[in-house]
Amino acid sequence: MSELKYFKTVKEIPREDRFAKGHRLCAGCGAAIAMKLAMKAVRGPTVVVNATGCVEVATTCYPYSAWAVPYVHVAFENTAAVASGVIEANRILNKKRGQKLYDVIAIAGDGGTFDIGLQALSGALERGHNLLYICYDNEAYMNTGIQRSGATPLGAATTTSPAGTVIPGKPQRKKDLIGIAVAHRIPYAATASIAYPIDYMNKIRKALEIEGPKVIHVLTPCVPGWRYSPSDTIKLARLAVETRYFPVYEVENGRVKITIKVDRPKPVEEFLKLQRRFAHLLKPENAHILETLKKSLEENWERLVKLEESGVII
Amino acid sequence: MSAKSEVKKILKGEFTYKTLPMSAMILSPPTSPEYKTGIWRVKKPVIDDSKCIRCLLCWVYCPDIAIMRLEDDHVKIDYDYCKGCGICVSVCPVKAIKMEEG
Amino acid sequence: MTQVKRLAFMGDEAVAYAVKQCNVDVIAAYPITPQTIIVERLSEYVANGELDAAFVPVESEHSAISACVGGSLAGARVYTSTCSQGLALMHEILHAASSMRAPIGMTIVNRSLNAPLNIHCEHSDVMNARDTGWVHLFANNVQQAYDLTFISFKVAEDPRVLLPVSVNIDAFVLSHSVEPITPITDEDAAKYLPPRECEYPINPDRPITYGTMALPDTYMEFKMQFKEALDRVSEVFEEAVKEYEKISGRRYWYYDSYEIEDADALIIVLGSTYGTLKTAAKKLRAEGLKVGVMGLTMFRPLPEKELVKVLRNMKAVVVMDRAYSYGGLGGPLYTDIIGVLYRNGIRIPAKNVIYGLGGRDFKLDEAEAILRMAEKGVKEGGFETHVDWWGVKR
Repeated sequence: MSELKYFKTVKEIPREDRFAKGHRLCAGCGAAIAMKLAMKAVRGPTVVVNATGCVEVATTCYPYSAWAVPYVHVAFENTAAVASGVIEANRILNKKRGQKLYDVIAIAGDGGTFDIGLQALSGALERGHNLLYICYDNEAYMNTGIQRSGATPLGAATTTSPAGTVIPGKPQRKKDLIGIAVAHRIPYAATASIAYPIDYMNKIRKALEIEGPKVIHVLTPCVPGWRYSPSDTIKLARLAVETRYFPVYEVENGRVKITIKVDRPKPVEEFLKLQRRFAHLLKPENAHILETLKKSLEENWERLVKLEESGVII
Repeated sequence: MSAKSEVKKILKGEFTYKTLPMSAMILSPPTSPEYKTGIWRVKKPVIDDSKCIRCLLCWVYCPDIAIMRLEDDHVKIDYDYCKGCGICVSVCPVKAIKMEEG
Repeated sequence: MTQVKRLAFMGDEAVAYAVKQCNVDVIAAYPITPQTIIVERLSEYVANGELDAAFVPVESEHSAISACVGGSLAGARVYTSTCSQGLALMHEILHAASSMRAPIGMTIVNRSLNAPLNIHCEHSDVMNARDTGWVHLFANNVQQAYDLTFISFKVAEDPRVLLPVSVNIDAFVLSHSVEPITPITDEDAAKYLPPRECEYPINPDRPITYGTMALPDTYMEFKMQFKEALDRVSEVFEEAVKEYEKISGRRYWYYDSYEIEDADALIIVLGSTYGTLKTAAKKLRAEGLKVGVMGLTMFRPLPEKELVKVLRNMKAVVVMDRAYSYGGLGGPLYTDIIGVLYRNGIRIPAKNVIYGLGGRDFKLDEAEAILRMAEKGVKEGGFETHVDWWGVKR
């Protein structure tokens, strides 16, 4: 493969699409943008392994497929395991019979990664396969109708964590996927937001150039799940970062680097107020939950800043 | 088999279990363009070319690959696939795109 | 056919040796008693360079079978092994593996299912996977465990079949018993199983979308294709065993049998108990009882035609099951056999003996008692009860 170019401006983004029009993802779907851009960031022959979920169901309903690359779907919780099999088969067949090597990208939602898919991911990361795993995070089990996941943030309303009078929204905090990934001592893990496409695509390119397991966790707003007007997808993906709700950083060989600096954060209410899944949090009776959420976001940001400054290897 | 014919046969019901590809594989992807998602639209975005500064942000952010990037980096909406989400309207830095009926 | 040494192997070791000679490409390994020796031996072969394969030490059986599906779609010859809880954990993906037409070789070291927890021989694990569309073969001794491994890959990878195939060996009785075997040479193995040729491998030069979602308008047609693949197994199996006989001198068929030609009473069994029944039958034949024993080699697809050929000459049949269909009519093999009898108009008394659950030993004198009972069924034109749970302390 030739010298890989990193994008400086959007003009350099390749024209070619390997993720095709005509897919059935919702109007304004953040995941659609994440898939399109990921497929523009690939560096050579690529194979996608995908979990059951919004992307899989909406892009590969027989006889329609939106994928111009080889695409494998098997089940919901085993993306990383299936990808492991594909990678090792390719590697050994390349050695034994000269099969051409290709990049394997495993793609799964937060459902298929944080929760049911966590074991398979953990195993694949520990075994050290040359795998890029992209988790597109819409913060709930969206494909089955907006049920809460381990990625749903504190206080968010979903169909299985509704904004009730006794329990207003999800009582638990969001899991730290990058923390989990990095605990496996992998060479590269990063978060990304579709509102920063150059950062996202360059991270994919950078990850593909690294040998070993890599994880990219990209926030993808969901129109029906977060309940907002479809034209606001990028606005929300940007506000999530600008309010420090979703820090965009990378961890390379254990060293943290915040790649989208947010020195003067906007108040998180600006992000929350646009989404009906948080409407109850902005009511006075739930102020304590909002405070807990804000505190946890601040603590998380401070943690990342300190890790970056100290240069400590995590 | 071309993508077009692979899809057409299914829609028309012109298949048997013997003529379908093995185990629901799709042998000539991508076939999704055979379905024109433009029919989902309620409102449509219209670009005022005179205002367009060729920043390409609408092309980058369109979730449906329904904005075409032309030779000179001007853009054109592919109404066959545009679902009318309005992201392009929202991200255009010079407000060159407006939503209209249809 | 060249003269080769005799080797003394435990069942697990013999299987690992066969897998090595099959020159598999990817091994997904997760240990579970009493399969562990298989994956341990295979990891040694790979670590010492005796087998050029990717040894993937997965973190669970579900991931083992998932990695096998991925590897199989990528065009590799893939292998895994498990039993009991591990096979149950794989269950969801067993259906996917077969329906996605991914050839996989798997040894199941038949062990009981929790609860209670029990590590010993029983067939419930594979019976739980009976309807998954896998080809299920049964070995009744270590030589068969070895031979059937080659045959399983031959059948699995044939373009007319393209299905995963299991070779079932009894936990501890076969997996950990040392028996002498006559191996085939590496050259013969390589000729019998050349590198796998895959028609639709994962290939960026020819992209394919695998594992799509099928709506009600096409789903049944895809399953019909899948059903017909199983219908083609017998043709491919017969070719595979014929070719194997040429290189090994050993003949395989849908079943092994002892003295069925003129028998009145037939005992059908799966797995190693065939040997015990055969020894008992020898003794009873000497006394003049016209008993015959059948050890079924292919359980799925069920070789109905072959069974009918044998059953229609019998006056009574006893089906021995080392598993039970709780809430059903009896053991799974029994329900198959009475189905075969009924729809082929064979009106003979049929008896089900449930034995050896949780690894309870089934001894020679008990085998003799079963054979005498079968003969009694012939004389009396029937059995007292349909199903007997043999040897339970009441």
